[in-house]
Amino acid sequence: MSNAKAQPKSVLWDWLTTVDHKKIGIMYMVAGLFFFALGGLEAILMRIQLMFPEFSFLGYQTYNEVLTMHGTTMIFLAAMPLLFGFMNFIVPLQIGARDVAFPFLNSLGFWLFLFGGLLLNVSWFTGGAPDAAWTAYVPLSSDSPGHGVDYYVLGLQVSGAGTLIGGINFLVTIINMRAPGMSMMRMPLFTWSTFVTSMLILFAFPALTIGLLLLMLDRIFGGAFFDVAAGGNVVIWQHLFWIFGHPEVYILILPAFGMFSEIIATFAKKRLFGYSAMVFATLIIGFLGFMVWAHHMFTVGMGPVANAIFAVATMAIAVPTGIKIFNWLLTLWGGRIKFTVANLFALAFIPSFTMGGVTGVMLATSAANYQFHDTYFVVAHFHYVIIGGVVFGIFAGMFYWWPKMFGYRLDETLGKIFFWLFLIGFHLTFFVQHFLGLMGMPRRVASFLDGQGLNEMNLISTIGAFMMGVAFIILVITLIVSRKNTDNVDDPWDGRTLEWATPSPVPEYNFAQTPLVRELDALWHEKYEGDGKMKAAEPLDDIHMPNGSILPIFISLGLTVASFGLIYSTHVITVIGLLITFGAMFVRSIKEDHGYHIPVSEIKRGKGER
Amino acid sequence: MSTHLDPSAPLQGSASKATERKLKQEARTQVVSYVFMIFITSTAFLTIATDIIPSSFGIPFILLLAGVQVVMQLYFFMHMKDKGTGWVNAMIWSGMFVAAITVATLMLLLGINKY
Repeated sequence: MSNAKAQPKSVLWDWLTTVDHKKIGIMYMVAGLFFFALGGLEAILMRIQLMFPEFSFLGYQTYNEVLTMHGTTMIFLAAMPLLFGFMNFIVPLQIGARDVAFPFLNSLGFWLFLFGGLLLNVSWFTGGAPDAAWTAYVPLSSDSPGHGVDYYVLGLQVSGAGTLIGGINFLVTIINMRAPGMSMMRMPLFTWSTFVTSMLILFAFPALTIGLLLLMLDRIFGGAFFDVAAGGNVVIWQHLFWIFGHPEVYILILPAFGMFSEIIATFAKKRLFGYSAMVFATLIIGFLGFMVWAHHMFTVGMGPVANAIFAVATMAIAVPTGIKIFNWLLTLWGGRIKFTVANLFALAFIPSFTMGGVTGVMLATSAANYQFHDTYFVVAHFHYVIIGGVVFGIFAGMFYWWPKMFGYRLDETLGKIFFWLFLIGFHLTFFVQHFLGLMGMPRRVASFLDGQGLNEMNLISTIGAFMMGVAFIILVITLIVSRKNTDNVDDPWDGRTLEWATPSPVPEYNFAQTPLVRELDALWHEKYEGDGKMKAAEPLDDIHMPNGSILPIFISLGLTVASFGLIYSTHVITVIGLLITFGAMFVRSIKEDHGYHIPVSEIKRGKGER
Repeated sequence: MSTHLDPSAPLQGSASKATERKLKQEARTQVVSYVFMIFITSTAFLTIATDIIPSSFGIPFILLLAGVQVVMQLYFFMHMKDKGTGWVNAMIWSGMFVAAITVATLMLLLGINKY
């Protein structure tokens, strides 16, 4: 099937069938924000439970479920999709491409993630969510009664397939679809970090897939991989999980690093200091990310030599990270700094993240780790890196790219209120948790006793969590009331990279003519050396576009149905689900679809020419 | 629509001399590597089938042959030797490197001996 023109369709059908990287990016953002609110609500519930000693707001079982779902949701269903949203929307624009390499797979990746996430959350209504923490250590998870952990296994399996597909798609896009002149060393840092992140996804997610598969076989089919009585080994799960889990934290933080590199350079009005060192540091962090997983297992009993090796390898990561921190500081040095909300988040990130990094080196000291292990010190550490790094990055990216993505600027005044409330709330919540940990308060427990000196700091921590909750509500209000700021949205920050060369909202073909890239910070170069517009690398011609497809939803739906069949061991349903999936794949394979063309006249109309 | 080629249409005309020469050479490379791979596969079978070669030598030897087979498969049949596959090479080998280190570490850490 090949159409000369796009077929007219309703708005809903358009969004359900879209293969446009921008619409998929927006859907990732919306779904990510929904799960972010959900995970935040779970966090607030936990903090209310820990507000006073021996408080009975949540039952202990409910607390375990809320704790598990908070971690799982925030990592897999909030942080990653929000970052994927930015990657999807921004990366093709930054490299001057019309779309990602595989638009259909891009759509499939999104729907797999969404169905996996919804499947995971269905567990709340079917007799209890997973309750073995986001790490799901065996034998706790393999022996957990009920179906909660089954939902964890299959929900993550489905959404993990989507993530893997997305990662491969970005790799192919960045290697093959760069505009003429955009060499690897002219790519913006966000594209570079997306590239390295996608490599980490490609190498790390298979370990999770295998771990989850073994756990599924143990729980549902009576396997014995983790059953010590039958000759299994429980430590294998921890290794498999952390071989995935440690690169995963770099999958989260590297895109945020990329965003900060763009934002700091833009608002300091300076070229990024040490571009090639930044690229190199990103690659080194990605590489070392695979060499350090066992630092999560210092107290398992690997022996002093293994502990020492992993401790040293972990500390080595501080070197490239330090290179990055100093490069950001030197980018700011002597710059004409503008304190927009996006930049405020970037500036607040530097000290906050560095604090998380310092406690990271403390935790990497394997001898001292025996003291810190499983206390609130660890909780404080990883929230400092994840909120102070990833979440600040997501918020900075939202305020920075929102005009490009949605065609209106976010209100700066409300944004600053949001920023300060969130920043203060964040430090209030987690700074005291360092000391709670050092005083011996264990993590993951649903309550604590009176008279141990833990009361005041737990109350302070909860107050901070409330402030973050209020800040998030202000963010949502900001998103709604800012809709009138539709002026000056094409290039509001005097941007440096290619995405700011497109009009807002971005037309579906991105660039009427593929741009010619002549320098790093391509648009900035044209602003200073040229006429402020990108040079075209091709004559104006009809543009070939892919057709939308509803099949990704059916492929994802089929896997979800099959997952229900597996969870409840009703294998008729499993077979039906797999038939839906493979049937949809079969239709995709035999149906010819050559896409359609946008005629030149329409593109000229889009550019304001007649 | 008329100005655009249908991507699924059959190709028109004949290939250039240079392309033809290249295709011929490529076909020869494929046949030679195919014969060579048949040869090392039968060597592996013979190694195990005869009683002359002790298994202490035979097992590492056929594993070595298997390794050679995998690399040849990737380079000759899956075209990793061709130009423009730099990233593919980099990714495959870094993936193998990461996997090898991981497996070696797990063998040390989960094995009977703790170091």
